[in-house]
Amino acid sequence: MPANPFNNHTDYGIGIGLRVPHYRHILEKKPVVDWFEIISENFMVDAGRPLEVLDRILEQYRVVQHGVSMYFGSADKPNREHLKRLKTLVKRTNTPWLSDHLCWGSVDGRYTHDLLPMPYTFAVARHTAAKIREIRDFVEVPICVENVSSYAEFHQSEMTEWEFLSEVVEMADCGILLDVNNIYVSSKNHGFDPYAYLNNVPHHRVGQLHIAGHTKFKKYILDTHDHPVLDPVWQLYAHAIRQCGHTATLLEWDDRIPSFDEVHHEALKATQFLGDQTARPVGTADPIGKADPIRKAQPVAA
Amino acid sequence: MSEALFRPLTARDSLQPAWNDGRSTASVAADFVKPTRGLSSVQRLEIYARSYWFRVLDCLYDDYPGVRAILGRRRFMKLATAFLAQFPSASFSLRNLGSRLPRFIQDHPAFSTPHSALVADMARFEWAQVVAFDGPSLPTLTQDDVLDAGPTRLRVALQPHITLLDCAYPVDEFVLALKKTALRTEASNALTAMPTSRASARPRLPRPSRTCVVVHRQANNLYFKRLDPEACSLLTALRDGRTLSAACAAALRHADPAIDWASRVQDWFRVWQSLGWFCRRSTRGRT
Repeated sequence: MPANPFNNHTDYGIGIGLRVPHYRHILEKKPVVDWFEIISENFMVDAGRPLEVLDRILEQYRVVQHGVSMYFGSADKPNREHLKRLKTLVKRTNTPWLSDHLCWGSVDGRYTHDLLPMPYTFAVARHTAAKIREIRDFVEVPICVENVSSYAEFHQSEMTEWEFLSEVVEMADCGILLDVNNIYVSSKNHGFDPYAYLNNVPHHRVGQLHIAGHTKFKKYILDTHDHPVLDPVWQLYAHAIRQCGHTATLLEWDDRIPSFDEVHHEALKATQFLGDQTARPVGTADPIGKADPIRKAQPVAA
Repeated sequence: MSEALFRPLTARDSLQPAWNDGRSTASVAADFVKPTRGLSSVQRLEIYARSYWFRVLDCLYDDYPGVRAILGRRRFMKLATAFLAQFPSASFSLRNLGSRLPRFIQDHPAFSTPHSALVADMARFEWAQVVAFDGPSLPTLTQDDVLDAGPTRLRVALQPHITLLDCAYPVDEFVLALKKTALRTEASNALTAMPTSRASARPRLPRPSRTCVVVHRQANNLYFKRLDPEACSLLTALRDGRTLSAACAAALRHADPAIDWASRVQDWFRVWQSLGWFCRRSTRGRT
């Protein structure tokens, strides 16, 4: 299920996050990269260097916007100034779809700048879906919502995270940015089967995938984006590709960022899985995810 | 949950043990957060509280390296924590997080004594750099705009990304001696620790010396430019809406009459115009 309504029927390959330490390399060397993901908020400014760099990137590359502060799950109404700036940026980048997180992060106009977990209730799902629809209608571009890594669950929850995600995207009629690293991190923190998660989301709505590295602590795992992708995450990714088919994939590396070539090299490891998509038609997913052959990630020539 | 996050951490980076109403934070957390075998409810909540504080403190740490260098890391963190406790982020963008810090420093000198005046100047100077980095630009004033109005009617505005500062200390020189860190990242990853010291040895603190400086942007590069006090007064008067002739009169009221101010003002304007500092004044709300 490559191109679909939730990624605006656009078939993208492997992208990497556009990050400041790589600006010079990208602008001078012009490496071959299928697409870049930008953090929308870094470019929702009036003028100056950020927009100059973005415009130069847009001359050479395809860009997809990824947000970190729309907070679909916050009780607050969408901030109009935020929406206007977002729409202005959408027009500038011509992003085929827009993603942000299934979380909350602001209350009464105060922002945490974090991706906070939500209580998985039907009432919250309805509220969140309505907000996603409102935002999509304003920005006029398909929206994919991303599952977050979480470190806490609430007594109030009435369903699993994947049931909640499915409920929200069906009600909002929007896409999913499925972060397989986040699924892995949360599965370890909460003790659920990550393959059960992967098997039970609506695969036809998955418009994009995220992969990343994480950090293990004694009693929990933190989603730090400061390492290469670990093997269990590659295995989940392989399973996701088998479930969803060729899907636009993005490597996130946001801290202790190595050279551009190293990040790109890591991202391109996904090629072997994308290339091996003996993909099943949607709706005929492998019911026993763990039966997937365990693959070791191998370097792929850039 | 948000109330737990916005409360400052203890010295050991933990949640405060007592809740606002006297209950233990652990029992409040247990009411809404599920524990796991390895982590109690409050420990799970603490992961988020730490992440919040590490992130916002890291942001101020990056945006105010000069203030940090003057105060030292420990006092800077105390100041930043007190500031954030009173003024949590009110914007979707971390870019705006420190916008009220200069005012906070002015209103709470105890956090920066005995260097309060220097720290206040430095905070204004560093916030001006944030504004100059990505603040708006308007079309520059054209020759026709100037010629269409005489000096008694001409009112101009300064580019919104420009900040004029009249400081008691040479903050520009001090900052030049410090290594300014690059743009922070703003992404969806979690932070694992408080920001750590990245600056090298602190330069000697400057002695008081009136310093008029403008922070501006040229070809998307940040600059600061020293001004004569009279030039600073003139630009301030123009920025505040005075006509060109009224601004000149106000700026040169106490100026040395032995100096040929007419030619000097002409030279200033030639430079300022070439730097694109002037733009049309909005007529909205004016008669």
